[in-house]
Amino acid sequence: MADPMRIRAQIAGDKVEVRVLMSHEMETGQRRDNNGNIVPAWFIQNVTVNHGGRTVMSAQWGPAVAKNPFVHFRFSGGKVGERVSVTWTDNRGDKRTDEAAIIAG
Amino acid sequence: MRIGTCVAAMAIALWGGGAFAQDSTAKAIQEYRDALQDGNPAELWEIKGEDLWKQPRGPNKVSLEKCDIGLGPGVVKGAYARLPKYFKDTDRVDDLESRLVHCMVSLQGMSRADATRRVFGGPGAAADMEALVAYVTSQSKGVKMNVAVGHPKEREAFEMGQKVFYYRGGPHDFACATCHGEDNKRIRLQDLPNLTNQKDAQRAYTTWPAYRVSQGELRSFQWRLYDCFRQQRFPELLYGSDLSVALTMFLARNANGAAYAGPAIKR
Repeated sequence: MADPMRIRAQIAGDKVEVRVLMSHEMETGQRRDNNGNIVPAWFIQNVTVNHGGRTVMSAQWGPAVAKNPFVHFRFSGGKVGERVSVTWTDNRGDKRTDEAAIIAG
Repeated sequence: MRIGTCVAAMAIALWGGGAFAQDSTAKAIQEYRDALQDGNPAELWEIKGEDLWKQPRGPNKVSLEKCDIGLGPGVVKGAYARLPKYFKDTDRVDDLESRLVHCMVSLQGMSRADATRRVFGGPGAAADMEALVAYVTSQSKGVKMNVAVGHPKEREAFEMGQKVFYYRGGPHDFACATCHGEDNKRIRLQDLPNLTNQKDAQRAYTTWPAYRVSQGELRSFQWRLYDCFRQQRFPELLYGSDLSVALTMFLARNANGAAYAGPAIKR
C-alpha cells in the first residue's frame, strides 16, 4: 500500500488553490540496478481530482514525471469546508485516494 | 605586439566569461531551489514519521510517545533546537538520532542492531529512521537554536568536534575545514558553506535534515556527516558514534541564535 498524499486546498481569491504531494518511486524503466538488471518501469499513469462529484482536474502521466511528484493547480466553484479528493493509479494497477477539506485563504 | 594584445584581450574575455558563467550558474541553482520550496517532499517523511512515532513498535509493542529527547518524555516541540545535549540516564551526550536509537532499545525493546539496521534509505526502501527524524525536526521549525555546553561532557563533545573539524587525514590529507573553512569553495557547481563563518554555519545547520532531490530521499544530519567522511576518504563514520555526536555538537552549537528551518529541500 502506497504512503499517503499530502493535500492542501485553500481559497485564493475566487478560486481554490490545490497543492498535492504524492509519494511514489516513479521509475522510468531506463535505470539499471547494482547487478545491471533493468529496474522495471513503475509510475503514476492517471491522476483525477474530484470536488462535489465533479472532476476538476485530470492528468495522464508518463515516466518523465519526477519521483514524489508535486501538483499545483486552481479550480473555480469550491467553498470552505468542502472536500477535494485526489486519486492516482499507477501502471501496476496500484491506486491511492486521499481527501482534504478546503480551508480559508 | 599585435598578437600579444590579441591574446591579452582574449584572456580577459575568457576570464570574464568564466566568472559570468559561474555567477549565472549559482543564480540558476538558486532559482531552482526557490522553485522547489513549495511542495517539499520532506513533508511525506514528516507524515510517515509522525505515524511511526505514535505506533506501538518493537518487541515491547510501545510507541515512542514516552521517549525523552531532551525536554521531557514525549515532548517533541522545540526539542531538536536544543540537541545534542547531555542525558543523565545514559550519562552521555546524544544527538537526535543516537537518542532515538536509545529509545528504540530501552522503550521498545529492540536490539541495537535491529534499531540501526536501516538508518539511511535507498532506492525503493525508505528508512524509518529518516522519517522519524523528519517528524521530530519539523516540530522545531522556527525555534531558535539553543545548544548548551554547560555540562562538562557537553563541553568535551564540543571540543572534540572542533578538533575533528580541523583534523587532517586520509589519503587526500583532508579536513572538514579544507572544504568548509574558506569562502567561495565549491564541489563541482555546488557552493560550499564556510562553516567557520557564523552566517554560513547557521544557514547550513538549520537546513538539515533535507530532502535531496537528486537522491529522492530525506537525509538526516548523521547521513550528512557520514557522506562528508566518505567524500574525504576517511574511515566509515559509525552511526551515532561519540565522534559523530561530537562533530554534530560543534556544528549545532555554532548555529546558536538562528531559527531552525528544516527539514529543507536541496538539490
